[in-house]
Amino acid sequence: MIIEVRDVKKSFGSLAVLQGVTFSVEKGEALCIIGTSGCGKSVLLKHLVGLITPDSGEIAIDGRNIAGLDERELMPVRRMFGMLFQSAALFDSMTVEENVGFVLNRERKSSPQEIAQRIEDVLDLVGLSGIQKKMPAELSGGMRKRVGLARAVAYRPQILLYDEPTTGLDPIAADTIDQLIIRVVEKLKVTSIAVTHDMRSARRISRRILMLHEGRIYADQTPDELFKSADPVIYRFVNGISDQEKEVKK
Amino acid sequence: MTTLATQYAREWFGGVGRGAILCRDIASSLLHAKVRWRDVIYQMYFIGVKSQSVVAITGAFTGMVLCAQTAFQFHKVKMDTATLAVVSVGMGSELGPVLTGLMVAGRVGAAIAAELGTMRVTEQIDALRTLAANPIDFLVVPRFVATLLVMPLLTVESICLGILAAYIVAVFLLGINSTYVWYNMIHYTHTNDMLTGIIKTFIFGAIVAVISCDKGMNCPDGAEGVGRATTEAVVYSSITILISNFFLTLLLQRLLP
Repeated sequence: MIIEVRDVKKSFGSLAVLQGVTFSVEKGEALCIIGTSGCGKSVLLKHLVGLITPDSGEIAIDGRNIAGLDERELMPVRRMFGMLFQSAALFDSMTVEENVGFVLNRERKSSPQEIAQRIEDVLDLVGLSGIQKKMPAELSGGMRKRVGLARAVAYRPQILLYDEPTTGLDPIAADTIDQLIIRVVEKLKVTSIAVTHDMRSARRISRRILMLHEGRIYADQTPDELFKSADPVIYRFVNGISDQEKEVKK
Repeated sequence: MTTLATQYAREWFGGVGRGAILCRDIASSLLHAKVRWRDVIYQMYFIGVKSQSVVAITGAFTGMVLCAQTAFQFHKVKMDTATLAVVSVGMGSELGPVLTGLMVAGRVGAAIAAELGTMRVTEQIDALRTLAANPIDFLVVPRFVATLLVMPLLTVESICLGILAAYIVAVFLLGINSTYVWYNMIHYTHTNDMLTGIIKTFIFGAIVAVISCDKGMNCPDGAEGVGRATTEAVVYSSITILISNFFLTLLLQRLLP
């Protein structure tokens, strides 16, 4: 198991977001975490890379419990991860080239020519060759996400995390991102975990889906099993049907 | 009323605690990580060169008004030639460092808090962390080191311009004898007066950098959050400079009599 999450709990003030989340991920697996908005999907994803510390529970990455490690101790663990943020989170003071080559330039393990070649390769992988000198402000939303993806894979991490990769994109751009995620997973053989509430995307990019509901893992199934499920909570979410009684009470 | 007081107290102690943790992290970074000198030089340019006009105008006009007011009062007791000595000691030990500190807090503190705050709300700081870069090494330390190095230089510039402007006002506008006014200034201004001011500038620089970085790094979400962080960085830095100046004056008077 490359990731093992055991009984993780997290509250923000009086709001208990995660109430005992347990799951594990095998190396090379393509996983999706789904759930309603605000159910704690992104919070859970940020726990995996140590951006948020759990109140209790364990998060083991490649056998090492990262809960409670400080920033410096977390750095080698984070080197295993690449993350695509919801807003792409490109450094707006840097060019596309500097963004994508950020880790490579810092580590200085390769020559400038090798780094430039790697940047060109990953930009080619996401279909954006020749935009090295552009600034993030000059790019569209879809292009920013693709550059974010290129930055996440440039230093060949073992685990890729995607936080709402298709949110805010038009259907064509969302499809492009889905195809890219599939291509990256197949080509680079990385473990992939995506958080989304886009069911079409979840079905396409993952082989296993976890559903987060009321702070716990409610379902852990293959996409086909999930889409055929008769469980009312899963059925309503998958088919986008609101709970009228609950809405009226609200 | 009690709840409000408790909330303010909690926020204040929380802020002091965060500041202390940030100071510890900066010290740890300076000991364990390489300082990114390229970033430090860029920040020195931004903090130092870009603050020239503000600091120069503040220093010159404070020196001029202090000179004029002192000369008006001293004229009543026929002590006009001591005017520049008062300006020199006042500018060197108190007004120079404090006013430069306040100007830097207003210009640089606001910019640091707004820049880091925007980076936080757009997840750029989280992105740095996931790319195995420590934001303290990458963002805070260069700003801290640059502010610490630039503050004394800006203060010395402000003091020199203040004294020069005061000399021009005293001699050419108020007609005070230039030889005596210059002699008295040299005679009554001691090394410790200037040293007091220089020591204060390092502390004021650290105050501006730590408070502004802390406000930026812990900025609440949204445009309103960035705005609030920016305002708080300027207000808290300015208040802390003014309060600490009083205690520093008492302490340094004992250490450097």
